[in-house]
Amino acid sequence: MIERQVSVVMSIVGERVVRVDAAEKATGRAKFIDDMKFPGMLHASVLRSPYAHAKILSIDKSEAEAVPGVYAVCTHEDVPGKNRHHVVTDDQPFFAEDVARHYGEAIAAVAAETRELAEYAVTKIKVEYEELPAALGLENALLDEAPYVGGEENIFRRYKIRKGDVDKGFDESDIVIEHKFVTPYQEHAYLETNGALAVPGSVGDMTVYGTMQCPFYVLHAVSDVLGLPQNMVRIIQAATGGGFGGKEDVPSLVAAIAAVLACKAGRPVKYILSREEDLICMSKRHPAIVRIKMGAKKTGELTAIEADYKVNAGAYVTLSTIVLWRGTVHVAGPYRCPNVKVDAAAVATNMVPCGAYRGFGTPQVIFAHESMMDELAFRLGMDPLEIRKINALCVGDETSTGQVITEEMGMGLMETIERASEESGWAEKRKKYSNQEGETRKGIGMSTFLYGVGLGAGGNYMARAGAHIQVYDDASVLLAVGTAEMGQGMKTVLSQIAAEELGCPLENVSIIMTDTSHVPDSGPTVASRSTVVSGNALRDAAMKIKAGLYAAVSKKKGVPPEVMESRDGAIYNRENGKMLMTFGEAVNAATGTRKHLAAQGWYISPNTDFNEEDGHGNIYFTYTWVTQVAEVEVDMRTGQVTVEHLTCAHDIGRAINPTLMEGQIQGGSSQGMGYGTMEEILYDKKGRMLTTSLSTYMIPTIQDMPDVTPIIVEHPYKEGPYGAKGVGETPLMGIAPAVTNAIRSATGVPIREIPAKPERVLKSLEGEEIL
Amino acid sequence: MLSEKVKVSFILNGSPVEVEVPSHHTLLEVLRERLNLTGTKEGCGKGECGACTVLMNGEPVCSCMLMITQVEGAEILTIEGLGDLENPHPIQRAFMENGAIQCGFCTPGFIMTAYALLMKNPNPDRKQIKEALSGNICRCTGYMKIEEAVMNAAREVK
Ligand code: FES
Ligand code: FES
Repeated sequence: MIERQVSVVMSIVGERVVRVDAAEKATGRAKFIDDMKFPGMLHASVLRSPYAHAKILSIDKSEAEAVPGVYAVCTHEDVPGKNRHHVVTDDQPFFAEDVARHYGEAIAAVAAETRELAEYAVTKIKVEYEELPAALGLENALLDEAPYVGGEENIFRRYKIRKGDVDKGFDESDIVIEHKFVTPYQEHAYLETNGALAVPGSVGDMTVYGTMQCPFYVLHAVSDVLGLPQNMVRIIQAATGGGFGGKEDVPSLVAAIAAVLACKAGRPVKYILSREEDLICMSKRHPAIVRIKMGAKKTGELTAIEADYKVNAGAYVTLSTIVLWRGTVHVAGPYRCPNVKVDAAAVATNMVPCGAYRGFGTPQVIFAHESMMDELAFRLGMDPLEIRKINALCVGDETSTGQVITEEMGMGLMETIERASEESGWAEKRKKYSNQEGETRKGIGMSTFLYGVGLGAGGNYMARAGAHIQVYDDASVLLAVGTAEMGQGMKTVLSQIAAEELGCPLENVSIIMTDTSHVPDSGPTVASRSTVVSGNALRDAAMKIKAGLYAAVSKKKGVPPEVMESRDGAIYNRENGKMLMTFGEAVNAATGTRKHLAAQGWYISPNTDFNEEDGHGNIYFTYTWVTQVAEVEVDMRTGQVTVEHLTCAHDIGRAINPTLMEGQIQGGSSQGMGYGTMEEILYDKKGRMLTTSLSTYMIPTIQDMPDVTPIIVEHPYKEGPYGAKGVGETPLMGIAPAVTNAIRSATGVPIREIPAKPERVLKSLEGEEIL
Repeated sequence: MLSEKVKVSFILNGSPVEVEVPSHHTLLEVLRERLNLTGTKEGCGKGECGACTVLMNGEPVCSCMLMITQVEGAEILTIEGLGDLENPHPIQRAFMENGAIQCGFCTPGFIMTAYALLMKNPNPDRKQIKEALSGNICRCTGYMKIEEAVMNAAREVK
């Protein structure tokens, strides 16, 4: 028999430790929302609007209520609290009232003994509608004759940036180019659809389990919809089968419906969306139109950037204003440019409300600015790599909002450009691919961008997080945090940080699913922020625990706490390197002397600011810097594009777990490739979605995916835990322009609308000017 | 709307079971709702994602597309029959150790498909792995680590 080695891990941060939730997931034991059951549980089904825009004249639910086995039928009239979903404003109802504003909007819901029965009863609800003209599509909604949807003349919100003087910048330039770019919807296609399970308690309280990214959003929504104080509502996250932004705000809608039904029926109610329903009515990435005008010197230096950015927000504001803001402040790219003018607008349409999706309004503008950089290089006869190097921001430079980039933020942009181009063999391949003949041609293209980590100035008030650590007397450690695990590996990364900080073995640590009754409101799990904010909150709590341990050790060993340090499963005297006690012995000593070995940690992100008048401000506390290179082969007869390789260099400050980091990069790349080449949502002319299954909304399979070479660049962010920034979103964001730039390198033809499906590529090849 | 109940017997993870359920129920519904084996997932309910993959007489099948009556007398293997927390099957271990799991929702389906592949072909090359796994969708990983896991599992299983 091999004796189990006493584990003394040198350092836990930076190690490729196995995910803490790997075993339960590999063996099918992990409990996702649809895997949970409660005694007396009912199942929900929801009636949704068949029209993109319609008056609701009457709703008759009597026949549905009479179906045996039906326990509750609810409309907006059955909402005990407020029928309003608060995100940025309060415009979205949980159940439509007198008007339905998009196809698939919830009108009524049923709870019955089985799902089949609930689905059947829904067909018995009689609704009288009067169909209204609908504003379908971004450009249509802005026409004079367009029906009114919301906001000011169908514009929910505008943002702008004014820096320098663009007219002067264009005057000083040797070349000016201007183009329009069109980007599509993108569906998250998390493998697990949205769902929630509401369980009424004995004192009028409500507990809701669900698949979600932002338990505290759900807490607010359920408290609002039921009219309950927040201390009577408890939200517990179930294992979550992917989020990518698609489980940021919409789980609140799902939970609210389940909670209203559960409240009325007095029984637990489970509401799981079918794939079709999820595709039709849950949030998406905003379709966008971006116009950019760029001026540059013959030598390549940018002199002016002028941009107009419009997104199709859908029927309600939800997150659109913040999405728009993020796009606005990223549209000038990671480049030095003294004169910038940006105008952005979120347009109201009678379509599904769009929301968060990895990148949050930024992939659209990256597609535009990176296509423009290649256009500029092409027109100036330069290498696209060179033009990026010439303009890349450096420490001391200002971004388009006037924020000065500092060393402390961690600045590895140039290194990402250099390493991605070297690793991919940029120079040789570009030479090899020039002047190709024949039916299949190869190409190589790149994209470079920056991404603000955290909520930034748009969400200052939410930029804090809590954490709880409890140490038991057997030296096992329990963590609770307020951000959520959705597959990205947060539980593992945070367990590593806590173990490192406490100096205890990783095996001692476990972390519970996020539960709003354990930790104060920690804001959303978005914007690549959880490693930084929850990581820092855990470090704060760990400091307090260590104070208790050190006091106990000090009493026993007569060494002052100031000289102690925790590492490798023990407490050491820093001065002579001698071990004083193992972590277990110290816990023993501390519990024996009644020390308090439980602590709350709290972290507040550095302040950020944004001036609405001119768009100036220090808008993010740090940025992630990225360069992505794509290699493609294009079939000139069919327009078929095969992506053959992706090389992705990310400066993420510090990789807490390189395996998870690579997983983020490879997974994000596949979503980026889907966005650039194949994923497309289609509607009929009445605004009804046509692509309502995974066979019509196509996402990459293993056959479509090329190898992805991840390159981790580490320029530490001073405030980040061990220098870490965040990586959740960036891997997706620049793949589309890298691919279309590669198509251009292969064929000489620019692609200004994605996805680059064969039909579209073929049209471009045939010289049809699409835009 | 409710169909007649039928009695169906089959072998589930090595043990005989008999269920009495409405005849239009799928194997997936019976596994999850009746038999409380929730390791097999529903990602689409239409044969498009592979999350519900189980083995029927050694062949990978989408359990969401299989009427329960078609299962009479068959041998069914689900993720729960492959290994458990204490003793994961080498394929399960390979997925864990290679970082092939993120959200984990697709994982049971991938592992069952990989198991079926390795039973038939213990030495698959990259192309064969990609072919075998092409009916399983994963939105999180980008597939590379899944492919590596299957490669490494093949070495182990031998
Ligand atoms: S659930 Fe069966 S294939 Fe998707
Ligand atoms: S790990 Fe999430 S879908 Fe595969």
